[in-house]
Amino acid sequence: MDRKQCIINGIRDGIPICLGYIAVSFTFGIMAKNAGLTVFQAVLISATNLTSAGQFAALGIIGASSSYLEMAFTQLIINLRYCLMSCSLSQKFDEKTRFFHRFFVAYGVTDEIFAVTVSRPGRLRPPYSYGMIAISTFGWTLGTFLGIVSGSILPERVISALSVALYGMFIAIIIPPAKKDKVIRGIVLISMLASLAFGYIPVIRDISSGFKIIILTVIIAGIAAALFPVKDDGEDRAAEGS
Amino acid sequence: MSGNIYIYVLVMAVVTYLIRLIPLTLIRKEIKNNYIKSFLYYVPFVTLAVMTFPAILYGTESMISGLAGFITALVLAYAGQSLIVVSVLSCLAVFIVELIV
Repeated sequence: MDRKQCIINGIRDGIPICLGYIAVSFTFGIMAKNAGLTVFQAVLISATNLTSAGQFAALGIIGASSSYLEMAFTQLIINLRYCLMSCSLSQKFDEKTRFFHRFFVAYGVTDEIFAVTVSRPGRLRPPYSYGMIAISTFGWTLGTFLGIVSGSILPERVISALSVALYGMFIAIIIPPAKKDKVIRGIVLISMLASLAFGYIPVIRDISSGFKIIILTVIIAGIAAALFPVKDDGEDRAAEGS
Repeated sequence: MSGNIYIYVLVMAVVTYLIRLIPLTLIRKEIKNNYIKSFLYYVPFVTLAVMTFPAILYGTESMISGLAGFITALVLAYAGQSLIVVSVLSCLAVFIVELIV
C-alpha cells in the first residue's frame, strides 16, 4: 500500500470518529460559551488538547479560577488512561519506523483513534494515522466552533443521535474478535458488567470515569493476561483485524 | 476568571501531550515479556467495553433510544459490518426511535 492510499484509508476509517466528535465537541462549544470563553479560545483548547473529559473538566477549573497546578493535576488524573493506550500502541510501531513519527502520532492518542489503530492488523503506518488524526481533529474543532457560534445550528435530536456514533464504532471494533475468540468474549462481557456495577457501588461510584477505566483495565486485563497468556508473536492480532 | 486563560490552555495541552508521548518514546523495543505482551493485547478490549457500556444508554435523550442504538450496533457488528456502517446505522436507530417515542 502506498503512502497516499494509507492516508485515504485513514481518512475513511476516521469518518465515524469525525461524526461522533462533532456531536461531543458541539456540546463542549456550548459549555465553553457559558463559561465565558471566546470562539478563538474554545477552538484553541480543542485543537491543542483533543480530549473530551479533560476539556469539560478544564472549563470548571477556568471558571472557578483555580490554580495552574490544579489544572495540571486534574488533566493528569483524567487523561492518565492515554498512558496505558500509548504503551499498547508502542508495540504496534515497527522499530524501523523513523523516530519523529512518534511525536506526531502521540498527539492523536485519543480513546477513539487508539481503538481503531490498535485493532488494525500488522504494524502501525504513520500516514494512516495522520489521515485519521486529520479528519478527527477537523470534526473536533468544527463541532466546537459550531457549538460556540450558535447552539441552535444542529437540532437536539441530531445531537442525541450522533452521540452514539463513537460507541457504535467501539462495538464494531470489539465484537468481531469477541465472536471468534472465547477469551475476548468473556473479557468484553465481564468488562461491561463490571463497568455497570461500578455505577452502583457506594464510594466506588464517585470515582471519575477516567480512573474507572484505568482501574478496571489494569485489573481485568491483568487477570486475563495471567490466566490466558497470548501465544507468541502477532499472529492473533493479525487474525482479528478487518 | 482571574487566571490567564492562555496559560491554562498551555498547561492542559502540555500535560495531556506528555501523557501520550512519554510511553511512545520510552518503549521503543518490542516487549518480550509474555505477561506484559498479553496484558497490552487485552487492554483495548477492556477499555472499549468499559467505556461503551453502560455509557451508551445515558448519552441519548432517553434510555430506550440508547438501548436501540446499542442493540443495532451489536447485531450489525456481529454480522461483520464495517465501522462506518455500524456507527451510522446505530445513530439512525436512535434518531428513528426518538421520533416515535
